[in-house]
Amino acid sequence: MTTQAVHSGRAQNLASSSRQRLLRGALPAVSLVIVLAAIWYFNPRAISYFGLNLMLNLAIPVALATIAQMCVMATNELDLSIGAFVGFVACVTATYMPQEPLLAVLMLGGGVLVYMLAAVVIHLRNVPSIVVTLGLSFFWAGLAVLIRPIPGGAAPGFLRDLMSFQPPLIPMPVLLAVLIAGTVHLILMRSSYGAVLRGVGGNARAVHRAGWSILKAKVAMFALASVFGILAGMTLVGVSSSADANMATGYTLLSIAGAVIGGAEFVGGRISPIGAVIGALVLQLASSALNFFQVPFLPGGRIPQEWQVGAQGMFLILILAARVLISKAEK
Amino acid sequence: MTDQTLSASRLNIRNLPVWLWSFLGALLVWVLSFTIAGQGAEGMLVAALSFSVFTVMVGLGQMFVITLGPGNVDLSIPATIGLASAVAMKVMDGQNGLILWGLLAALVCGILIGGFNYLLIRLLRIPPIVATLSSSFIIQSVGISYGRGLQIKPPAALSDFTFSRFLGVPVLAIATIALSIVASVVLHRTIYGRTVLATGQNMRAARFAGLSVERTRLLTYVLSGALAALCGALLAGFSGGSSLSMGREYLLSSIAVVVLGGTSVAGGRANVPGLWGGALFLFMISTLLNTAGFGSGLRDVFTGVIIVAAIAITGTRQPLR
Repeated sequence: MTTQAVHSGRAQNLASSSRQRLLRGALPAVSLVIVLAAIWYFNPRAISYFGLNLMLNLAIPVALATIAQMCVMATNELDLSIGAFVGFVACVTATYMPQEPLLAVLMLGGGVLVYMLAAVVIHLRNVPSIVVTLGLSFFWAGLAVLIRPIPGGAAPGFLRDLMSFQPPLIPMPVLLAVLIAGTVHLILMRSSYGAVLRGVGGNARAVHRAGWSILKAKVAMFALASVFGILAGMTLVGVSSSADANMATGYTLLSIAGAVIGGAEFVGGRISPIGAVIGALVLQLASSALNFFQVPFLPGGRIPQEWQVGAQGMFLILILAARVLISKAEK
Repeated sequence: MTDQTLSASRLNIRNLPVWLWSFLGALLVWVLSFTIAGQGAEGMLVAALSFSVFTVMVGLGQMFVITLGPGNVDLSIPATIGLASAVAMKVMDGQNGLILWGLLAALVCGILIGGFNYLLIRLLRIPPIVATLSSSFIIQSVGISYGRGLQIKPPAALSDFTFSRFLGVPVLAIATIALSIVASVVLHRTIYGRTVLATGQNMRAARFAGLSVERTRLLTYVLSGALAALCGALLAGFSGGSSLSMGREYLLSSIAVVVLGGTSVAGGRANVPGLWGGALFLFMISTLLNTAGFGSGLRDVFTGVIIVAAIAITGTRQPLR
């Protein structure tokens, strides 16, 4: 190949890859619109202030957990303990925060330290994050059971007030979702250290050569993940006003699915905070939407409750398939 | 360069086979637990063997998958165990004459799941983690709607078989040891096994060498699904019926025994005997925590810490991706 051919080829690649990136970036938003349209078609009243409030009730904790997962994914690792961790946080919050806030804060701070330690172990010992975090999921689940052997507890006043606050015009979950997406976008996508943090997943060697510590960046990302995990657990208690050790076990899978729908990649530090929040909303809406869909050939005309999980899986597959189609069409 | 000199200085310890460590760990914990309990050394060993059978069975499948290389892992094993056990119980319908059909149905179910997993990986070109994750969502739903209200007792002959012993050793353990030997031969002596190892070491090189990498990956995911299904059917016989959450603990344990047993998480290097060491170690740990009188919460906390510590100590020293 001549140098000229290489150059023009590269230019073409650049153009097509930027168009592709745009299309892929739009994918989460498009799927959100499709789900909303489908819900509206079957039940127009659901798309209202109260309808959205109801359907997106649990979306905020899920969105925060998804952001946590995304932070870990940005360093090319995976956190299989986030669900158990959110459950642990919820138990701490509902059990200690109303009466002994200092103790609760100390325990949650301990959670951040464990996450940072996990990052150190994963990086220095070069062990797979999947195994370390799977082990940690036992650790968190065990602690949660120790704190709350039976479901119960109470939400601290400020959390209950926050989660049941009704701002004018825009439903609270929507407002919070925008706030979360915007903040994380600023931290990770717009700040200069954010670029370094993402660079660890993209090209660790280059980051290292440029004089940044990969270990520190990884620890920072894991610490950030734990902070969002803590926020997820606290908001979850704010919504459900009690806690149970197993209340968030599903969050591990949901958070990975949400981050992937939102455009995060497993390798390369490619993440999208806004996409991740949208991904979480889409998953949450998709499972509530199932209650509205009328399917003539099914008994009762409704999709059974137990298919909610399956629908999330199929949704994930559909969106990934759409992604493949986009990159194929561009070639 | 420095890596080489480093490994040379460590050679004296590293000369020992990797899998030995997991067995030594299991032995240590075993001695510790019957010393604390003051009795029951033999009972613990038999129990450990009976329970390890299931872990090793799914561990074998997971090991082949992980050996395929970075990013390859089967997260659908727990869901497969749950669904296959329900299928097996329904087909067997508590009758001894239908046991073989039930096992066959479970195997078919596992094979289909494995094929589906591969299809997702291939067609959607997504990392196996997401593929097996999304299929596990779907399998779970199928399992819930299929197994709703399912309370069929396993056929008496199947239960008896899972509990039977030969010269004091559980028959199932003997069978699984035989299965492990077969797996070891397949891994090291057949074209398929060699292709798995080669793919794990360098997929492109394997492809350029003319190996049928894609067929091998398909077979590997099918194998993992089939073994998980077999484990599910037998586990239902062992525990007196199927339940969907039955497979839950096997997500962690299937991966943990593979890693503890000295199989490289970066792929390309597998170790069958280590699976047994890892499985025995895990069981002995939970026995030890039980005999020490810990409740379920503390037991989980310690299991988690010990697994992380054991893995950090073994350390793979190879990049995952």
